[in-house]
Amino acid sequence: MNNNGNNNKSLLRFTTAGSVDDGKSTLIGRLLYDSKSIFEDQMDHIRESSKRLGREEVDLSLLTDGLRAEREQGITIDVAYRYFATPARKFIIADTPGHIQYTRNMVTGASTANLAVILIDARKGVVEQTVRHTYISSLLRINHIVFCINKMDMVSFDENRFLTIRAELELLVRKLGIEDAHYIPISAKYGDNVVDPSINMSWYTGMTFLKLIETIDIKHDFLNSAARLPVQTVVLPQSEEYHDYRGYAGRVAGGSFKPGDEITVLPSLLKSKIQSITVFEKSIDIAATGESVTLTLEDQIDISRGDLIAGEGEMPLSGQDIMMMLCWFNERPLRPGARYLVRNNTHETSCIIRSINYRMNIDTLEKEASTESLKMNDIANISIRTSRPIFYDPYIKNRITGSLIIIDEATNETMAAGMIE
Amino acid sequence: MKSALQINNEHLKELEDEAIFVMREVAAQFEKKVILFSGGKDSIVLVHLAKKAFWPARMPFSLLHIDTGHNFEETITFRDDLARELNVELLVRYVQDSIDDGRVSEEKGINASRNKAQSVTLLDAIEELNIDVAIGGGRRDEEKARAKERFFSHRNEFGHWDPKNQRPELWNIFNGRKNVGEHFRVFPISNWTELDVWQYILNEKIKLPSLYYSHRRLVFKRNDVYLAWAPFMQLKPTEEVFEADVRCRTIGDITCTGVSLSEANTLEQVISEIAATRVTERGGRYDDRRSEAAMEDRKKVGYF
Repeated sequence: MNNNGNNNKSLLRFTTAGSVDDGKSTLIGRLLYDSKSIFEDQMDHIRESSKRLGREEVDLSLLTDGLRAEREQGITIDVAYRYFATPARKFIIADTPGHIQYTRNMVTGASTANLAVILIDARKGVVEQTVRHTYISSLLRINHIVFCINKMDMVSFDENRFLTIRAELELLVRKLGIEDAHYIPISAKYGDNVVDPSINMSWYTGMTFLKLIETIDIKHDFLNSAARLPVQTVVLPQSEEYHDYRGYAGRVAGGSFKPGDEITVLPSLLKSKIQSITVFEKSIDIAATGESVTLTLEDQIDISRGDLIAGEGEMPLSGQDIMMMLCWFNERPLRPGARYLVRNNTHETSCIIRSINYRMNIDTLEKEASTESLKMNDIANISIRTSRPIFYDPYIKNRITGSLIIIDEATNETMAAGMIE
Repeated sequence: MKSALQINNEHLKELEDEAIFVMREVAAQFEKKVILFSGGKDSIVLVHLAKKAFWPARMPFSLLHIDTGHNFEETITFRDDLARELNVELLVRYVQDSIDDGRVSEEKGINASRNKAQSVTLLDAIEELNIDVAIGGGRRDEEKARAKERFFSHRNEFGHWDPKNQRPELWNIFNGRKNVGEHFRVFPISNWTELDVWQYILNEKIKLPSLYYSHRRLVFKRNDVYLAWAPFMQLKPTEEVFEADVRCRTIGDITCTGVSLSEANTLEQVISEIAATRVTERGGRYDDRRSEAAMEDRKKVGYF
């Protein structure tokens, strides 16, 4: 456990999206099984359930479909989280349903992912669902996308078929401006190129799926952003020993902080210098992105929850007129003129919906203008006006300080997720 | 097979950062806050994380123990010592009181357990003490219904969980807003696995009740699971009580917590055993074996 800015990278979070028959569950099942993450009693349960539900073979999707309704209907409704580890890395899988009616679940799963896995049926090639998943991954700024061209066994492991699909995907990747894309021909059912290299596809010389996700470099994803710390809570011990102590607790949301750094507090714009950074009793020399720390400052200035501490370099943006890409989650539609609460980082204020600028058709990637309201699962570009200024970075620069949620004050429900432009 | 102790565990730092972030969100968003404390390793890890999150201030949480009365004695001693050491308020509510008040009826028969009755006592305590958030040690890897659980999990005015209508949870933004009478359950170690918890205990040198290490105890065997024997437990005619060297993999109500035969005396030995095991930790829990959706059903009506 070091603090030199290279930590946190032995954990990889990835998201998968897919429908019942594209082999997603088989792929996950194989990864869990081959990495010995399925236990005997879980396997027994799955065998029994498969039999009870009248499935012909042992159905590994029962492992990820946790709720009674999901098992009975044979569908994934909600995001399910799965865990496995190899000697190289620990993995968290956010397994989400792939159908358009579950777009909101895909967005949720993608929001914390470092990498997205998109499965393509080699017989069918690029279909609407492929476009949708790839678009959502790029919208949520997942930097790494792995396209698994699955069911290669059903196209006689044909290299040309793979190359045709790959060429089509490369067009999509370029169009969406995705930085890092990988293409692997696999057969999840028989294990080709999943954990072990395929003997049926000797023409493929790249990495197996597991090797790729074990070794892919994600640490650069966290560099180059400006130093940010949203204040969660102020630590006031009020004890004899720490009589005048005031600590500002939060998780570093970008860049890094060091003792001695000059900082600016938003919205007050007051400045000070970092006196110390602590993690529990230990003082540390640098706090990198992702670390939960407590800062003390050289000056006694007024800082409270909801404030944003910015380091040296580029300042956050601040304003009341905010434009964003938004995914609407609720059955009640969004209409211009409606009022909601808006929360970004630890800061909350009210907002009014000014306009819906366009709705995105996520199957064709066409922008549809003149939309009067948004339905559940719609993705759109909207403008809001906030009651007090919010401070942020464009989502494209920082996924934490650039994101927000919209809350209905009457029901307290989370209505939407927004990515600020 | 590789030794569990050689597994790269840098990821624990990120899991700790995440859990501390969640603890601090709880502190900021709620009024009357408790950590559900059972004396088990997961709740001990929660307390440790809370200590770290607010240092040098005292943690802004009380400990709440729902006592079934069917305890391992060591757990109770450990609980009292820990609360004293941290100088935090310890609240204990008893399932026996709920039974005496007629709020819940005691299960009968061979597999009788007070595990389910705990939910009633817990919900009553939440109402009585005006608790608006209870922090629990539930992990998504434990059980299939738990795999669907949010970090911030909403409970309606009946204390019920509606798994099909959960609030979406994105990035690190947690929405803890609620109406009067509703409350939240929060699970800071959602993303930890059993092995993560053990490795963290090792790295942080966290003290555990002696039950987790090998000790001699009276046990009996029921359907392939070894259970600790206690005077109030009913035995089938074919079941025999005998002495064995065992340790607990989880600690809960004594009537439904399986023990495993083990000679592991150190954390390192315990972790090696766990890494090599092929059965989940809840595989020994009678409460989960009752039906396919046993956990989902209990959770909907207020269980931990």
